[in-house]
Amino acid sequence: MNFKYLYSLILVIALFLIAYAGVEMAGMQFVFGILVPYAAVVIFLWGFISKILCWANSAVPFRIPTTAGQQKSLDWIRQNKIDNPSTTIGVVVRMALEILTFRSLFRNTKMALHKGAKLIYSWEIWLWVGALAFHWAFFTTVTRHLRFFTDPVPFPITLLEKADSFFQVGLPLVFQSGIVLLAALLFLFLRRLLEPQVRYISLAADYFPLFLLIGIALSGILMRYFIKTDVVAAKELAMGLVTFQPCIPETVGSIFYIHLFLVSTLLAYFPFSKLMHFGGVFLSPTRNQANNTRMQRHVNPWNYPVNTHTYEEYEDEFREKMIDAGLPVDKE
Amino acid sequence: MKLSKLLIQHKAEVVKKWFDYAVQSYKADVAQFLKTQGDQFANPVGGALSQNLEPLFNELCGQMNTEALTASVDPIVRIRAVQSFAPSQAVAFIFSLKRVIRTILKKELRNENLLQQLYEFDLKIDVLGLIAFDAFMVCREKIYDLKANEMRNRTLHAFERAKLVKNTSLYSIHAQAAQPITNREGVLSKKK
Amino acid sequence: MAEDLPKAEEFLANIDYKVPDTAWMDTPAEIRKGMYCYASNPKSVEYLGLPNARKWNPLDDDWQLPENWQEIIHNGFKERLERFRSVKVFMDICVRCGACADKCHFYIGTGDPKNMPVLRAELLRSVYRNDFTKIGKLLGRAAGARKMTLDVLKEWWYYLFQCTECRRCSVFCPYGIDTAEITIMGRELLNLIGLNIDWIATPVANCFRTGNHLGIQPHAFKDMLDFFVEDIEEVTGVELEPSFNRKGADILFITPSGDVFADPGTYTCMGYMMLFHYLKEKYGFDITWSTYASEGGNFGFFTSHETMKRLNAKMYAEAKRLGVKWILGGECGHMWRVIHQYMDTMNGPADFLEEPVSPITGTKFENAKSTKMVHIAEFTADLIKHNKLELDPRRNDHLKVTYHDSCNTARGMGMFDEPRYVINNVVNHFYEMPANTIREQTFCCGSGSGLNAGENMELRMAGGLPRANAVRSVHEKHGVNMLACVCAVDRAALPPLMEYWVPEVDVTGLHELVANALIVPGENERTTDLRGEDLPETEDDADE
Repeated sequence: MNFKYLYSLILVIALFLIAYAGVEMAGMQFVFGILVPYAAVVIFLWGFISKILCWANSAVPFRIPTTAGQQKSLDWIRQNKIDNPSTTIGVVVRMALEILTFRSLFRNTKMALHKGAKLIYSWEIWLWVGALAFHWAFFTTVTRHLRFFTDPVPFPITLLEKADSFFQVGLPLVFQSGIVLLAALLFLFLRRLLEPQVRYISLAADYFPLFLLIGIALSGILMRYFIKTDVVAAKELAMGLVTFQPCIPETVGSIFYIHLFLVSTLLAYFPFSKLMHFGGVFLSPTRNQANNTRMQRHVNPWNYPVNTHTYEEYEDEFREKMIDAGLPVDKE
Repeated sequence: MKLSKLLIQHKAEVVKKWFDYAVQSYKADVAQFLKTQGDQFANPVGGALSQNLEPLFNELCGQMNTEALTASVDPIVRIRAVQSFAPSQAVAFIFSLKRVIRTILKKELRNENLLQQLYEFDLKIDVLGLIAFDAFMVCREKIYDLKANEMRNRTLHAFERAKLVKNTSLYSIHAQAAQPITNREGVLSKKK
Repeated sequence: MAEDLPKAEEFLANIDYKVPDTAWMDTPAEIRKGMYCYASNPKSVEYLGLPNARKWNPLDDDWQLPENWQEIIHNGFKERLERFRSVKVFMDICVRCGACADKCHFYIGTGDPKNMPVLRAELLRSVYRNDFTKIGKLLGRAAGARKMTLDVLKEWWYYLFQCTECRRCSVFCPYGIDTAEITIMGRELLNLIGLNIDWIATPVANCFRTGNHLGIQPHAFKDMLDFFVEDIEEVTGVELEPSFNRKGADILFITPSGDVFADPGTYTCMGYMMLFHYLKEKYGFDITWSTYASEGGNFGFFTSHETMKRLNAKMYAEAKRLGVKWILGGECGHMWRVIHQYMDTMNGPADFLEEPVSPITGTKFENAKSTKMVHIAEFTADLIKHNKLELDPRRNDHLKVTYHDSCNTARGMGMFDEPRYVINNVVNHFYEMPANTIREQTFCCGSGSGLNAGENMELRMAGGLPRANAVRSVHEKHGVNMLACVCAVDRAALPPLMEYWVPEVDVTGLHELVANALIVPGENERTTDLRGEDLPETEDDADE
């Protein structure tokens, strides 16, 4: 009954075929090599920035951090400065751990009932491992790709490449990040498909980026290790794009255009999708604020006066009863 | 051939299938989640079932001790009593055991002698169904008891101790505007 | 019930009793008895000046909504997206990883998939995508968007009042998405078209008028405390003189009215009174109660930000009128979320108050220097640390105590060690529940955020199951017979929960335990605790 992932899969295969047909049959190298990438980058930048601005334009009326540790109170009670930060430094550390190590996800527990025992909560580590593996591998892969857009290639990127292919003997160098990326994506897909709870909550929009990324990783791996394409020519094309002197070298194979087209699709899709969690995580009010509201007043920009029930109104209504009961009143 | 021996031989299989039937009374995804997990009981319902179905089955094959049966059936129906099941649905899992046994012992049950014993075993399942129904009703009555006495136990009891209940003004405090707490009790009793 | 009952042919057709497998968007909510609270009384809605006051019944097909209700919801949604970055960000960034799915006590207890926090939020997100995002407008359901219909609205109402805003899911979310924030916003939208529940609306109306949720008028409030004075005298032989609405007092004390009017909170209230009396006798402590600001709790928080502000305004107004130096707050959960994260912003600055300093120990409460309101657990922990209280914890020896962290003081404040320090000094037998059910991972009582009504008892029992389950484990392992908490809703909600799941365990507030141990100057030798139950013979007594 689950067609959501099928639709997404078919869509990604279609994208794959469009690029292949466009280049192989229609000879539209110019479109897929220059127009589409430029358009994708423009859409990405415009979409990303306007989404961030759209979020930033909304007010933060209250300081509502989720406190996951001991507050700062009495001197002799040890504060949990990371999970319940009261200073900007604490917030920065909390955010850094959140963004770099997915700390909250790490906290994840899973309810499990052991035979003959009560409900117990065991540690569910696999989502955390899969997510972390995917994101770091993706980051490494993207950074590694900067070698195609820089000349000469800066030292840190060369170094990263070396580290990434550390276990390799012989040629061509195999990058671990690519393998990890693909494996993690497959894991995340299988988890979404096989774990009933997650499948129940999944939308087509959850499968599509997974397939798209799998497509990108697959086409990249194919190009590097199996259907070899002219790397020098590919770099020439890439350098042409970044230096605004676009050119189409003849020796670039269609697998390259497929790879590039899928990446372009990802870029253009990014700002309008859940992938914006990349930007949003920085703006999450429950994580990026210090828990110091009682120490330091937080100002709500749209705070407006409200109708209240004043003491005078209260006393006017209950004065006699208050006097009878011996309660002090303002007006006798 | 004795049916009870056969049943004990197939105990693991029977209990597992019985469990599967019992969790089918939940939304498919919840049920499936319970079944597909290695430690499949990701829900207290699953816990109550996995801990108690086997002892129940043992009793059915053995002594049919009322206290033991009640002790094992109570944790299951106690949960089902608060999960918006109709009473029939809440205890239906008991009767699904009949189907489980017929499915698992399909071949063996061609033997007429065993079939005769099965009628007797069915009778025991019916008895367990009745015990489960009683346990369910005890839980439901407890719930209604809690509903009915919530206000009295907590609030009015405090007023009574303070001898404030005679102060009728307490009951008309909202007369002009908001609804008095007694009115709320009125709502409760009217609805019932 | 009759209309819910399955028919014979249904049984025959579905002999496996199998529930059909449909996608959540294709499964309209079925409003079930015991799982929902009664609709708000029109009188209360009217008194507060909130929209669309009328008599309505959630079980009816016609909810008597204003004709343009969709427009009202749409515009209200739009306005809130601009006012609250939290909502806008949370609408956009969920990746549906499922980390939150089984963290919700309602999901665990009811087995209803729409109680997964992610799905509760998706109820709103689906409409958000349809109304406010291009991709949702373009792709519709393929992008997870759907139109706002009456069925969707009913689903919102049903499930937004099956969330206790406890924030447990938020702890596990990699982006900190807080379902409480989404529920708060959803309920605010529902209130725009008059869809509240009575257990919230009527206490709010009462609180607005009389100063407390139960609608207790000033003289009755005083009567109640006078009665506690008698009770305390009976137990200790000491006569107390609480003061009310007194101008010029040093400190104003505000606690939830549940402590004054509902058992077992009443014993906690006696606890406060005895502590204040002790401090007055020994150190000249000067504190007053108020009948006008006689409610610490704030069910306005469960209605809308505006209503919360309207009710909360009384605290500062009364502190200003009485000319006190600072405010001390009693044991309550959501009250403290409001005070800690909202009050100063909404109704401050409290520049007419002084930065709080304990008059007894001289401790400056630096953490409250702007809001100027101190939690009584912080206050008492400081007293004990400075050896200012004479305590005999043996008087609590008949109790084996465990401690339930209230959701709000846990995840909306971070008060974990102060109450534990106090407990460890006033009782001898304290046992923690399993690590994953306490502190920031504490399980809700199942009745928070205004859901502690009577008619939804099944929902409360199911939602409280994970908490009760943890209590049962320490009861079986250590013989725990008393569940301590610092929340008035807990004190109201946990007793029936225990009665259903673990009847051997009773419920107490923190300061009831303090008062039992506190050796008040001039007291008689106590033979009972505050509840009038005989004290166990201590070893000393046995020796003598």
